[in-house]
Amino acid sequence: MKIVACIKQVPDSAAKVVAQDGQVSWGDAPLVINPWDEFAVEAALQQKEAHGGEVIAVSMGGESAKEALKHALAMGCDSAILVSDPALAGVDTQGTAKVLAAAIQKVGGVDLAFFGRQAIDGDAGITPAQTARVLGWPMLGLSAVIKVDGGKVTVERSIEEGRQTVSAEAPAVLSVVKDFGEPRYPSFMGIRKASRADIPAWTLADLGISAPAPVVAWPELMNPPSREVACEFITGGSPAEIAEKLADKIIAEKVL
Amino acid sequence: MDFSLSEEHKMAQKMVRDFAQKEVAPVIKEYDRKQEPIPWVLERMGELGILGICFPVKYGGQGMDYISLGLACEELEAVDTTLRVAMSVHTGLCGMTIFQWGTEKQKQEFLVPLAKGEKIGCGAFTEPGMGSDVAGMRTSAKRDSDVYILNGEKMWISLASKADLALVTAVTNPEAKRPSQRLSSFVVDLHSPGVTRGDLHGKLGVRAGSTGWINFQDVKVPVENRIGEEGEGFKITMSAFDSGRYTVGSGATGLVRAALEASVKYAKDRSAFGKPISEYQMIQQKIAKMLQDYEIARLLYLQVGWMKNEGRRSTLQTSYCKKFATEASFEAAHEAIQIHGAYGFSDEYDVERYLRNSRGAIIYEGSSEIQNIIQAGYALGERKDTPLRREMPAYDEKEWQG
Repeated sequence: MKIVACIKQVPDSAAKVVAQDGQVSWGDAPLVINPWDEFAVEAALQQKEAHGGEVIAVSMGGESAKEALKHALAMGCDSAILVSDPALAGVDTQGTAKVLAAAIQKVGGVDLAFFGRQAIDGDAGITPAQTARVLGWPMLGLSAVIKVDGGKVTVERSIEEGRQTVSAEAPAVLSVVKDFGEPRYPSFMGIRKASRADIPAWTLADLGISAPAPVVAWPELMNPPSREVACEFITGGSPAEIAEKLADKIIAEKVL
Repeated sequence: MDFSLSEEHKMAQKMVRDFAQKEVAPVIKEYDRKQEPIPWVLERMGELGILGICFPVKYGGQGMDYISLGLACEELEAVDTTLRVAMSVHTGLCGMTIFQWGTEKQKQEFLVPLAKGEKIGCGAFTEPGMGSDVAGMRTSAKRDSDVYILNGEKMWISLASKADLALVTAVTNPEAKRPSQRLSSFVVDLHSPGVTRGDLHGKLGVRAGSTGWINFQDVKVPVENRIGEEGEGFKITMSAFDSGRYTVGSGATGLVRAALEASVKYAKDRSAFGKPISEYQMIQQKIAKMLQDYEIARLLYLQVGWMKNEGRRSTLQTSYCKKFATEASFEAAHEAIQIHGAYGFSDEYDVERYLRNSRGAIIYEGSSEIQNIIQAGYALGERKDTPLRREMPAYDEKEWQG
């Protein structure tokens, strides 16, 4: 089975995001593999372990995105490809989907393409579905349990109302949620392999497509309004007295 | 001179950090309070390859170098000292000593399961009446045809009740002219008849760790389990300390870092007299000292890791590293508590645990006083590194990863 795991490099989840002059700034936060994509890599590796084949990690981004690809290699992916082109700066999710779909087609013979449910920077969560649309493949989103039997993929989708079982014929695009199970750590063997890996960088010319024009723009960005928080300690001679004062306060402030 | 870490080092460091932060940090307080070891932690460290990080793949290890071992110890102790203690006794004292002094057969038999984490090892040198005075130990091993009969008691042994194997040093020739020639070293199966052991409680720190005693009553140890020749026990034990102290020093560096990070965070959050306490110079001075100490300790242990990679003896540099980092970690934890004020005195925050955990390392694996004696010995020309019959193998990337 040939599996692609699409990953993105994002600022660390502990980073603080602020809007500055209409631009998003993450400060000098370290860049990491999108945490949701680790679940995608884990799901891809488990399919490979169950059915054989290979897992290819694919990322669109700058040169630094090779670090995220190396993380995927260290987890156990067989190879990695970076899609990088100066013309891709500022591309939106639809453009990303076109580029990733072209990369998946160039890899060739892919049975399954795994994505994390969303990226923690843009939080759009629609790139997997858009990629499926461009490829013309079925989209199995929010997968928590994945079973592949012959050419048929059956997943349990983790949705608010509970679980929903859906199936489709491969090739298919899957997005993976946290319920799938903890992603593995990179192994030391994998780390050694990853640190020596030569990751090819494909340009738009290599993919045979032109730079996709963004259809969604970000005209404005703003920080959430700051909240005034006051802290008051309620003291008293006994727990009962404190509780009584607190209850009075809650009623007076119309909290309840 | 290149001070940068390789990509491989950075990735290994991150992997160990992620494990310790994600899996151990959320539960450590609970086990420390209960004075109980985290039941799954050794198995997990074995499964992830951490326990065998610096052994060649052919001996069941991960084929990483000695610098990676130091980096792993720093990351582990930044979360809790008990994790690093496991590296010190299992990987350092036991595994690395077998790697250095063992025969090929002994490495296959003992090192492979240790490196894979299938068996747990410890080092048993200290006794109820002896610590620093290694040549003064009393546990005896008497040869009786193809076995040695072991009698005596070892105390303050980390993982005493958890380990499967112990590297034990005992007296084989009480008549030898020089006290150091009286000793020999053995790998002892702790499941053997005549071995009894237990945990010690009421320790100041390392409360989620297992520290105990091992009693040997006519325990038969096959001659094949003797590491090195008869009479080489003192040298072998000193080699074990060269490995163990490296893990203690690199680990204590992590504790300095943990105290520093906790202090920076708290100092920025806490206000007094109308501004964050991080803006006061007296707080800044404490933080600056922690930062300097962290950097010094880090450079000292990386130097040792590099020397070990090169196959150079590093007894003196390991001594600097162990003494400096352990004392700095105690100092840093003490000042971190001061910065935290009353909260630092409570186990609601981690810094009181850092202080309690830091104290032991100024005593074990060669107290600060012993480190001073070692260092002065080199300075005064009374101590020189003479070649050993078996030196610690240099790191050979091709061979280790083959």
